[in-house]
Amino acid sequence: MPLSDVSSLLPLLVAIPLTGAIFSVLINSKHGQVLTGLLAALSLALVIGVILLGLPSDGLQSTAVFRYPIAGWEAPLGIALSLDGFSALLLTLTTFLVTVLTFYSAYYFSASPARVRFWPLWWLLVAGINALFLSADIFNVYVTLEIIGLAAVALVALSGNKAGLTAALRYLLVGLLGSLCYLMAVALLYHVYGTLDFAQLAAEAESNPLSWSALVLITVGLVLKTALVPLHFWLPHAHGSAPAPVSAILSALVVKASFYLLVRFWMEILAPAVTNGALILLGILGGLAILWGCIQALRATRLKLMVAYSTVAQIGYLFLLFPLLMSAEGTSAAQLAVQHQSALAAVSYFIVAHACAKAAMFIAAGNIIHSLGHDDIAKLQGMAKYMPLSLFTFAIAGGSLIGLPPSAGFIAKWLLLNVAIDTQQWWWVVIILTGGLLAALAIFRVLDLAFIKSEQASEQVAPAHWRKVPVAMPLSGLALALCTMALGFNADLIIDLITIGGGE
Amino acid sequence: MTQAMLYAVFGIVLFGVGLFGALAIAHVMKKLLAINICGVGVFMVFIANASSGVAADYVPHAMVLTGIVVAVAGTAMALSLVVRINTLEQQEEDA
Repeated sequence: MPLSDVSSLLPLLVAIPLTGAIFSVLINSKHGQVLTGLLAALSLALVIGVILLGLPSDGLQSTAVFRYPIAGWEAPLGIALSLDGFSALLLTLTTFLVTVLTFYSAYYFSASPARVRFWPLWWLLVAGINALFLSADIFNVYVTLEIIGLAAVALVALSGNKAGLTAALRYLLVGLLGSLCYLMAVALLYHVYGTLDFAQLAAEAESNPLSWSALVLITVGLVLKTALVPLHFWLPHAHGSAPAPVSAILSALVVKASFYLLVRFWMEILAPAVTNGALILLGILGGLAILWGCIQALRATRLKLMVAYSTVAQIGYLFLLFPLLMSAEGTSAAQLAVQHQSALAAVSYFIVAHACAKAAMFIAAGNIIHSLGHDDIAKLQGMAKYMPLSLFTFAIAGGSLIGLPPSAGFIAKWLLLNVAIDTQQWWWVVIILTGGLLAALAIFRVLDLAFIKSEQASEQVAPAHWRKVPVAMPLSGLALALCTMALGFNADLIIDLITIGGGE
Repeated sequence: MTQAMLYAVFGIVLFGVGLFGALAIAHVMKKLLAINICGVGVFMVFIANASSGVAADYVPHAMVLTGIVVAVAGTAMALSLVVRINTLEQQEEDA
């Protein structure tokens, strides 16, 4: 089997960041930790590159899924790692963002005493995220959820002030509760089907009361972790008070990790237990999240809080996937498979576009805090003169979040609109367009202030505590923002990747 | 009703009690206790699972052990955050 060669690389994606975490504890010097970080990021990029080259290129026709049974033990006893197009896309996204953010963090934490604690936790978080995307075992997924949760909470608490610690504590309690709901569902599923393996469960799952209860528990637990309205209450403060690179990875990847699991359960593992009513319910919550997140973003007085609320709204778009999976009367199985693929492709595109744009925005906001010592939106007047690169980044990333062409955000929304129209669910079109409009209002409010004419600005107080940031910091944000543009021009790359392993 | 069933039902009840407590109680320490009760409920369901066959199934045991480790880590972390927040609050009052 030629596939096995690439499969044997899968454990490296978890082993490399774990090794990075251990070395970051052992090597306590500043340069040592940064060097470890850069080495780990580079080797991750190398491994994911080799894996991508090894993927089959025949798209939908391929049913190839890479599988690596750890230590040779096959399911049901052993724990397997597996990789298909969807997880390959998310792993590539993770590797890319982690590489850029590692570079950024090297500068961000260069003068901060929090550096010593940041690096080990950072790599532990990355190991957890990678392990989650690779897991093919529902209990192993619980473990990875907890690794991510504990590392993320510790990273939020790095700021050390009361607001940060309170947000971290709330985040931790919510995370624990969500994981316990998920764990209860694992107990139920194991009781009914006697296996923990994704593929074996998917083959055996039926629509019965225990499967329904398991699906409800999993959904409640993971929706809590994904911060879908009305369970989003913890997100704005946790994401808003963490250090900038941490906010970036939390918004860009950590909430997507639990969303990824929801997709796995709803589309594959427990697909027979899913009903149309449940799909619509998730869609309605998604629609509410879009509107509520945008309105709160408009009302926010702090820049990072505004960006965090925009994440709440963007998560709403992801949940529009679910109603678009519904089968209309008279659809054949083949047509439904195509519909599922295009809905998933649209949402994957959304995930990638949002991840790059949101990381860029948090970096820009981080730079502003770094030089001004605050992120009060009202006091940003005329700041474009002092921090042109960061505000330029903010503007491009904002354009992608609004969905302006030619950004990736535009393609993502366009794909989503297409599926909504194809399945004759036009009401989502209204919500998607309203969300774009509200996002535009929120982002232009900031840009309007920042780019205000300089003669007016000169009468404003020239920022008292203003200090210059190293040019690498705005540049790494700009790189991410430009990526959202580049992805807008190369839409096929992602759509081809996502269809691998999706063949029925 | 078999003994295993009884454990499973009580496990689910404990899970519900813990869940309710975690959502309804505002006090942080009580919330943390409620989450732990919730966890114990889940573990009991796992153990009831293990004994429902002819011979004891070892997979749920391994899972409960892992679950306990995670619960201890999570609780310890929550406690340390509570202590830290309290210290900061006291410093604020003193200042």
